[in-house]
Amino acid sequence: MGKKQFYFEDVEVGSEIPTLEKDPTTQQLVKYAGASGDFYQIHYDKDFALKNNLPGVILHGALKNAFLGQLMTDFAGDAGWLRKLSVQYRGMDQPGSKVWGKGRVVKKYVEGDQHLVDCEIWLENAKGEKTTPGSATVILPSRRA
Amino acid sequence: MAKYVTDEVLKQIGKAGEARTLDVERGAIRRFAEAIGDPNPIFNNEGEARNTRFGGMIAPPTFYRSLSAAIPDVKIEMPAFRGLDGGSDWEYFEPVRPGDRVTVQTKIADIRESEGRLGTMVIITTETSYTNQFGRLCALQRSRAIRY
Repeated sequence: MGKKQFYFEDVEVGSEIPTLEKDPTTQQLVKYAGASGDFYQIHYDKDFALKNNLPGVILHGALKNAFLGQLMTDFAGDAGWLRKLSVQYRGMDQPGSKVWGKGRVVKKYVEGDQHLVDCEIWLENAKGEKTTPGSATVILPSRRA
Repeated sequence: MAKYVTDEVLKQIGKAGEARTLDVERGAIRRFAEAIGDPNPIFNNEGEARNTRFGGMIAPPTFYRSLSAAIPDVKIEMPAFRGLDGGSDWEYFEPVRPGDRVTVQTKIADIRESEGRLGTMVIITTETSYTNQFGRLCALQRSRAIRY
């Protein structure tokens, strides 16, 4: 709320989704472990992570999934609905490094009374690498409906 | 020829874990939204959420990760293997709200093997359904676990 509500007529194929910046910290990883119930130690125990040949603690894949969920519920707005969300984990991300959720519209179409928008989405690190690519479908309100 | 995913292994497709019914608490939704750093009032603030078309707070899309049921054990003869989370595909049908009772069940949807940069990998796809107290399917999650 307080955010702009996008309507079906506002977006075209190629339109960019507003970027979501996230700055994950080790504290956030601990909070996420507690809230989700995922207590795998590679996400909060540095010694354990190093012993497992990791560069240090790493973000939960599911937390990155949550960031992309936020990107899309922000885009859908209160009058829209996130219908589908897919993510793949291709690269690791570490706390202390910012990540950006981005996306663009790849298709828009009407099915029955639903105005649907398919998007290509991803999380990108400071080097511009897409560590977490995915896709999403949102239902947007229509000005004509 | 399949190295690990034999006909015997394929028989495990369809195997379902025991269903679990869980209460969705308002505080748990709020803590989850806070943990992922999502300030959207529909996930955090009942008063503001009441003024939206949802008529009250709802859970964020990946809140379902905190509602888990037993994952059926998949037996595959493989030398010592490592595991990777291959990602998830979600479908959302209805919101989940504070006070809902959600029944969660996970089944094995697919087992396949492929050659990748890690050598021979086995990809196990599980499908988890989330059904509310009215018998309505709220969400489906298909997750890929990779063994290599």
